[in-house]
Amino acid sequence: MTETIAPIEALKDKGPDKPPRSRWKDVWDQFTKHKGAMFGLGFLIFITLAVLIGPLLWSVEPQKIDIRNKNMRPIYTAIWDADAKVGWEKPLGSDQLGRDQLAQILSGGRASMAVGWAAMVLSLLIGTAIGVAAGYYKKLDGLLMRTTDLFLALPVLPLLLLAVTLFRQPLTTAFGPEGGMFILIVSIISVTSWMPTARIVRGDVLAIKEREFVLAARSIGTLPGKIIGRHLLPNVLSPILVSAALGLATAIITESALSFLGVGFPSDFPTWGKMLADAVVRMEEYPERVLLPGIAISLTVLSVNYLGDGLRDALDPRIRGR
Amino acid sequence: MLTYAIRRLLLSIPTLLFISFVIFMLLQLAPGDPMAQVPLTVPPEVKQKMREALGVGEPALVQYWKWLVQVFWIEPQVAIDAMFGTSFSEGKQRVISWQTRSPVMDIVIQRIPQTLWVVGVAYVVGILIALPIGIYSAYRQYSVFDQAGTFVTMIGFSIPPFFTGPLLIVVFSVWLGWFPSIYDTTHVVNDWASLKEQLQQMIMPVMVLALQITAMLSRYMRASMLDNLGQDYVRTARAKGLSESVVVLVHVLRNSMIPVVTVIALGIPSIFGGAIITENVFKVNGIGQLLLTWLFANDLPGVMTLTFIFAVLIVMFNLIADILYGLLDPRIRYD
Repeated sequence: MTETIAPIEALKDKGPDKPPRSRWKDVWDQFTKHKGAMFGLGFLIFITLAVLIGPLLWSVEPQKIDIRNKNMRPIYTAIWDADAKVGWEKPLGSDQLGRDQLAQILSGGRASMAVGWAAMVLSLLIGTAIGVAAGYYKKLDGLLMRTTDLFLALPVLPLLLLAVTLFRQPLTTAFGPEGGMFILIVSIISVTSWMPTARIVRGDVLAIKEREFVLAARSIGTLPGKIIGRHLLPNVLSPILVSAALGLATAIITESALSFLGVGFPSDFPTWGKMLADAVVRMEEYPERVLLPGIAISLTVLSVNYLGDGLRDALDPRIRGR
Repeated sequence: MLTYAIRRLLLSIPTLLFISFVIFMLLQLAPGDPMAQVPLTVPPEVKQKMREALGVGEPALVQYWKWLVQVFWIEPQVAIDAMFGTSFSEGKQRVISWQTRSPVMDIVIQRIPQTLWVVGVAYVVGILIALPIGIYSAYRQYSVFDQAGTFVTMIGFSIPPFFTGPLLIVVFSVWLGWFPSIYDTTHVVNDWASLKEQLQQMIMPVMVLALQITAMLSRYMRASMLDNLGQDYVRTARAKGLSESVVVLVHVLRNSMIPVVTVIALGIPSIFGGAIITENVFKVNGIGQLLLTWLFANDLPGVMTLTFIFAVLIVMFNLIADILYGLLDPRIRYD
């Protein structure tokens, strides 16, 4: 007679009652704890949607000259100044040619964000490619790192100014005034800003390439291209993401700085920096024309910086879980 | 250490040569013609002569070589002549600006004091504000002060100088009327009243630059202090019964300063570059503003020499930072 012994409590569970935690879920949980980063992400999504969808909703032509309604103040000016020239048809006022400020801010933001994203992506591609090549192939390491040091020694802002003034003419004739300027600014910003990414990626690749799983992959005959794509790149993704956020912020600021100094986009193709620069001369009478694009630039860059900060914390396994 | 310094110094020569070559070749592609302003009635052969007089007629490599000789051989002689009253450089061709037809280095030397006044003071002010903020935020990590400090540094990072500059001008010179909006470079300081005026006109550009410097440095200082505050030697120092101020300000601070000092050295050349915008906003006629003027005037020798000076500054301060790091931290051995 054998009686079945009831198993003790601890042995009764059927299996895990929760699905296993994935790495990206951990990262997301840590990320949501960072208030600044959540604000940054929210604002970045908001501004991106605003400049993408905004022109469809507020369908005023940004370059339409409406000289009768020139120099209008933003609608909120009416709160403290009853005599101000305001009107609902121009919620953020108009400039000295009567061009609608809201429409200009939206389309200017579109240009600034497009330049920022394109320059950031391009500089990440260059930086990652050079970093991986230098870290993985020993023969290329010396040459590529000396090149990186050389680029780091270049005076960036003077060179940017130089390149823009020199190549503006040929490129604008080849691709049109806006297209040529876009290509020029994106390429020179990315050519002068890939170095930090390359250095970080190289350092990480050097460390990861000596780990056992890469050795295992190589021992079963995986080709170098596959090792880089499947084993190295996913593991250096976090520093790349962080430098992406910082790169976006720098690209937006650099583009605005160039426009401010008068070497950026032409005046009939406003970006935030260009609007700010054009408004500085009338700053005393119409401070909002400086403030609105300035605040737009600053808030966007601030949110991207906070996003980068939060990403760095969330992707760092030493900080995560604390 | 000495061999390392000498090796780095020798290595920086080819680097600088390469950079100057790249800049020179970039400028060769410039579409502008120095003869564009000459009236159309001037016959072409005269124009050709004028071009040769400017040194443009020859092949690019010859021009580059002549520029090298002028900058590295003749200009030092001029400097020695100016210092000791000798006459090594008499009758030798110097780098001449196309715009003003006077030696480039003379103009640069006229402009440097204005830049140094504004940028140098801003750097010192920035360091003096940043270090205490960084130290205290790290010591009271996650306190209200730390959160506020982090927020302010983030803002300093994010607001570009071409926005803070006009903003300060509107608030402090237009609405309040406290400070002049334009930096008067002809102002001579000879008594207390004029010194006060000089300080008043310096405040705004210095604040714009110092905000950025503070933002950068205080974050480094905080991170570096945080690294050190958790170390074992800090616990030992506390266990010995040292007072908190000695532990933080002597033991931890000295070790945390090592990376920060190198960051300070590395930041100096980039501040010269960043001052281009600030100088432009406040109309300070320093070297940043000079570069812009020459660039728009298509003055190639001037642009070339000035950009090269910026490159020299960057390479020099990189070298200084590396050597300082080795000197300050005995754990770092380069050879």
